[in-house]
This record gives sequence, C-alpha cells and structure tokens, in this order.
Amino acid sequence: MAEITPILMPKWGLSMREGKLAVWHVAEGATIAPGDEIMDVETDKIANAVEAADGGLLRRRVGVEGETYPVRALLAVMAPESVSDAEIDAYVAAYEAPAAAGDEGEEGPSYEFADLPAGRIRYAARPGDGTPLILIHGFGGDLDNWLFNIDALAEGGPVYALDLPGHGQSVKSARPAGLDLMVDTVIAFMDHLKLDKAHLAGHSMGGLVAGTVAARNPARIASVTLICPAGLGAEINSGYIDGFVKATGRKDLKPALMHLFKDQSLVSRSMVDDLLKYKRLDGVQDFLTELAGNLFANGAQARQVAEALAASGVPAQVIWGEADAIIPAAHAGNLKGAATHLIPDAGHMVQMEKSAEVNRLVRDFVA
Amino acid sequence: MARVISMKDAVNEALDQEMTRDPTVIMLGEDIVGGTGAKGEDDAWGGVLGVSKGLYAKHPKQMIDTPLSESAYVGAAVGAATAGLRPVAELMFVDFVGVCLDQLLNQAAKFRYMFGGKAETPVVIRAMCGAGFQAAAQHSQMLTPLLAHIPGLKVVCPSNPYDCKGLLIQSIRDNDPVIFLEHKNLYASTGDVPEEPYAIPFGEANIVREGDDATIVTYGQMVGRSLEAADMLKKDGIEVEVIDLRTLSPIDMDTVLESVENTGRLVCVDEASPRCSIACDIAANVAQDAFGSLKSAIQMVTPPHAPVPFSAALEALYIPSAAQIAHAVRKTMED
Repeated sequence: MAEITPILMPKWGLSMREGKLAVWHVAEGATIAPGDEIMDVETDKIANAVEAADGGLLRRRVGVEGETYPVRALLAVMAPESVSDAEIDAYVAAYEAPAAAGDEGEEGPSYEFADLPAGRIRYAARPGDGTPLILIHGFGGDLDNWLFNIDALAEGGPVYALDLPGHGQSVKSARPAGLDLMVDTVIAFMDHLKLDKAHLAGHSMGGLVAGTVAARNPARIASVTLICPAGLGAEINSGYIDGFVKATGRKDLKPALMHLFKDQSLVSRSMVDDLLKYKRLDGVQDFLTELAGNLFANGAQARQVAEALAASGVPAQVIWGEADAIIPAAHAGNLKGAATHLIPDAGHMVQMEKSAEVNRLVRDFVA
Repeated sequence: MARVISMKDAVNEALDQEMTRDPTVIMLGEDIVGGTGAKGEDDAWGGVLGVSKGLYAKHPKQMIDTPLSESAYVGAAVGAATAGLRPVAELMFVDFVGVCLDQLLNQAAKFRYMFGGKAETPVVIRAMCGAGFQAAAQHSQMLTPLLAHIPGLKVVCPSNPYDCKGLLIQSIRDNDPVIFLEHKNLYASTGDVPEEPYAIPFGEANIVREGDDATIVTYGQMVGRSLEAADMLKKDGIEVEVIDLRTLSPIDMDTVLESVENTGRLVCVDEASPRCSIACDIAANVAQDAFGSLKSAIQMVTPPHAPVPFSAALEALYIPSAAQIAHAVRKTMED
C-alpha cells in the first residue's frame, strides 16, 4: 500500500472548503511527472490548473469532471503496475473516512503576524530546510497572490510570503508610502525571522522591491526572481493604476482588474469582492494614492533598479507574461546578465495564470 | 484582521470605533447605557438587547440615556446634527417611529433642500426591525417602504455582520440623515468581519450568489431565506442570482436591471407589507426599464397585508419562507 500515491483536491488559501473538478488533463494509464498539469479545478474565487506534486503511473481517476469535492478529497490514485486493481479498490474505499475526519479537525496553515518598525505585518510561513524563499507581492496585492505558488515552492525549501505595509492585513498607517518603506520592511522581516540569507521572488512592484533589497544588501540575498517587475523600464499602464486606486465599487474595479489577466474570465465576483473589502479599510485609499504618486505618477515608473541590481552581482532571473497589459514584457531585456523567460498566453498575473511554469522556473533557479 | 463575530458585536464595534475616531459622534436613546443617574450599576442595560453594552465605560461623555420620549430625543439628535455633532439616536424598535415622525419627515429630511443646500444633518437613527422574535404587531414591523418613500432620508438594512459594520460606519460618516435598520433576528448571525474600521458606500447592491436562470432581489433577513431557496432550486438544476440591496435609499437599480437583462426572470422578496413595498418598487422599475428582457411575469413574495401576528405558529406562516421563494422562482420558469 505504501506504493500508492493519492491525488487530492488542493487547498488554495485559508477560505477554500471545496472545489469543482472542471477537467482532467491526464488519462488512466498515463505516466505523470512532477509539475505536470493534471487537472483544472475551479473554486468560487478562481480557476487554475493543478500540477502534480509527485510522479507516477495514473491508475485510477476517482474524481468525475463537473463534480464538486471537499478539500483533500481523493480524486485519483497513482501506483506502479505491481499494485493490483484490488489493492487500489481497497485504497479508494478506505480513503473516505480519513478525508471526512481531516476536514473537521485540521485547519491547515494559518497566517502569522510580526511586529516590525513599520507596524504589524501579516505573513504566511511554510517551514523547511535550506535557504528560505521570500515572496513579495505587487501594488494593491497581498500574499494570496501566491496562492498557487507557495505550497508548490515549499517542496523545495522553506517559503515565506508577506503582506507589504499598506497591503493585505498589514499595517495601513506606515508612512511615507514609498519604495524605502517596502525595502526596509523586507529587511526587518528577515531580521525578525533571523534569516541571514534568503532568495527573493517579487511580482510587479514587489519585483522592484526585491531587486532594490538585493542591490542594497547583496550579501544577504542568494538570488532574485523578478516576475513582471516594475523597475526595469519607464512605461506602466497608468489607466490600470488610476482605475485600481480610484475604484470604490464593483463596477469600477472589475474593468481595472481585467487588465491583469490574459484570460479575463479569471476575474471572478469573489476576487472583486475580496479586493473591495481591502480597499474599503480605513487608510488604504490614502496609502495607495500616496504610493502610486511616489512610484507611478503620470504613467511613468519613478524608480529603477536594473543597473543597481546588475552591479550587485546577485544572481537574477526575469519571468514575464508575454501578454502583460500593465508593464510591457519588452522590459525583460533591460536587466543585464539575467536569464529571461517569456511565458506565452499569460498576462501580468503570470504566477497565477501559468503557476506550474513559474513554480518550475523559480524552483530550478533557487536550487 | 478578519475574525468571526456576530452582527450584534459588529454594531457595537462600529459604534465604538467611530466614537473613538471622532469625539463629535454621540449616542442617545432609551437605556442605551442603562441606570445612569440612578443608584446601582452603570451600564446595566447597554440597549434593550445589550447591543451597546460596554461602550459607556470607554465613551462616558458621548452617551446619553434619555427619558422615554422619542419625540424629544430624536428631535434633539436632529438639532445637534445641524449644530455640528454626529448623533446616533437609538429608536429601539422602528415601530416607534410614529411618535417622532415629524422630526424626520418634515425636519431632518427637508433641511438640505429647504436651506439651499447649506444645512447638513448628519444624524443616524438606529432601530430594530422585522419579525420572527414573537414581539407582536407593535415591535415586529418592517417599515422600510414607509421610510424609503421620504426623499432626503437614506435607508439602510444590512443582512450580515460584514455589511452591518461597514454600512453603520458609512451611516455615521454620511452628511445626510440615515435610518439604520437592524433586524433583531440577525443579531446572533455570525460572519467574517475585519477588526479595522471600513465603510461600505451606499447605493451599491451586493450580488451574494450568481446564477443565470432567475434573479431574486431582496434585503435584510430575506437574503438568508433567498439563499436557502437558491440551494433548494440548485438541486433541480436551477441557478438563481441573489441580489442583496443593502440600502433601500439610495437604491442600486443598475445592478438589478443588469441581472434581469441576463436572467429574464425576477422575483422580489420583501419582509415588508405587500402594498407599496420595496418589492413593488423593484418590480415597477424593472417592468418599465427592462420589459423587453423579461421572459415571464415578475413575482413578488411578501407577507400578507396584515399586522405581524403574536402567535409563534402564525408568525412563522406570516414571514416569507424559503419554500415560498423557491415556489415563486419556479413560477417564473413555467411556460
């Protein structure tokens, strides 16, 4: 029985209770390699392809397309040919009970908080051995932007994702709202966790933050992955930034969010609602207005990091969604000496739209 | 960060945070503290159901226990609002609005218009509304249509703790008179509510469930019943969109019309009496502005045109049920 590997309904974020198995990408009898896309799953918040955590021979598909299953429900079974069908039947039959029990008792990883000079910062931690990886979200985002990445990346080592000041559930009153606040907070976060050295991966504005942290503290940063980053060129979609900052209701916010994805159907009601809940919090509007004014006034990026990062000698790679409508993917070539990866069929939120590919690139680079 | 709290605690937290943020926010009403000026325990009541319990200890200078005279203290609140304070007057039960209606209908609602836009009246009247508590005909009414009928008043009726906190904060910060109706049957309901203060803008309905087959438009306690009905209908493959209006004045007709243009079927669910109700208002507007999108006759689900009965058995029959709502949706789907 030990040779049997289950494939389960994933848990994306704290609030996910169930998901719909939309479509299978692998047939029974197929050999799966780790990282292969095996199925599409939809929740009320988002839809995404699920990548295999383990490799093996797919012996049995238990989950039916179009059906909804609780988190950690058994969807398929992998096992070598030496395992008999009867053993697989027995495994599938026996699986029911632990799934039901686990659903009630186990809450999964929760968020943590750190009191830093900027104020209270929320973060998610996935412990492990080795040099940790810190994930830094972009303008207006939060650590849940790494929903499809954090657990997959944690297979390679410890991973942390934080909410920058003014974002998510972190402090909203820290000022001035600018690059230095973000950079100082990442360093203070590393100090708080007693991390001498870390890999950084930053998305969008978080890329500018990660690059700047590395340029200022090259000895403490093992590598930097910049995903659709700010800081490598002048242009930025000011319509998006202004639209996002000014939106107060669903009708204004949804069109702004459409710019973020190549597949605009990913902008769900629940995604818009969650962002509105964040934007309504006291202080957020002021913070984002000030931050946008400092970093992206008049459709131009005020802060650049390409030269300083290249000079720092910290290994860097750039990942970009080819159809990025916020920051042009052409900026990818502006970081000298860095490996660049353009991912087709993906927009600005490439780490969500093509999570398996981004996870593979980050894992390989960090290793 | 967000945690799960009750709607009653959401009201308390909103009042606490706003009185802390702004010392001009004051509360007044009958027994909102309880026992002030008398021997014995301070803060003995905290409102008739304990909603404002604990606030007096933190904000002793911002809370006034008033005599049993709604006409006096609602008038005082309206006057104080014109003079620079942000009073939150608690009417206990909205059924008592009769004795102080002139202060609202002819005074608060009119000042901005009659003084050339120069007068602002940032007053909030909080009151419990609705049936299901066996509180009988004089303590169970849903008077949203009566109040929404008056231009110059804003009328809010939340369905859940998250909306309740954000809408109450918006009510206090708003510069116009707001009637804030708290359904007493929802006080114990729970949900995720951020600890931080936040304001939800008025006139923005919430699509609480998406669906393509029919639209249910409702608010307050009927949101939960409509969601139950949607669950029942889903078993038959019927996907219902449920819209929570959240504010009855202003009202978000855009969201309603957009939804009906998609589904072609409309059920208006209202806990108020059927004549001249919010349900009628929605139905009439849709019939006028989206007639071409309708595939079937609009249905309204309301109580009968009768006072709320005291008998528990009769009261349960009086309040629209999930089964009645589901039946109305099915009716829109008949050929």
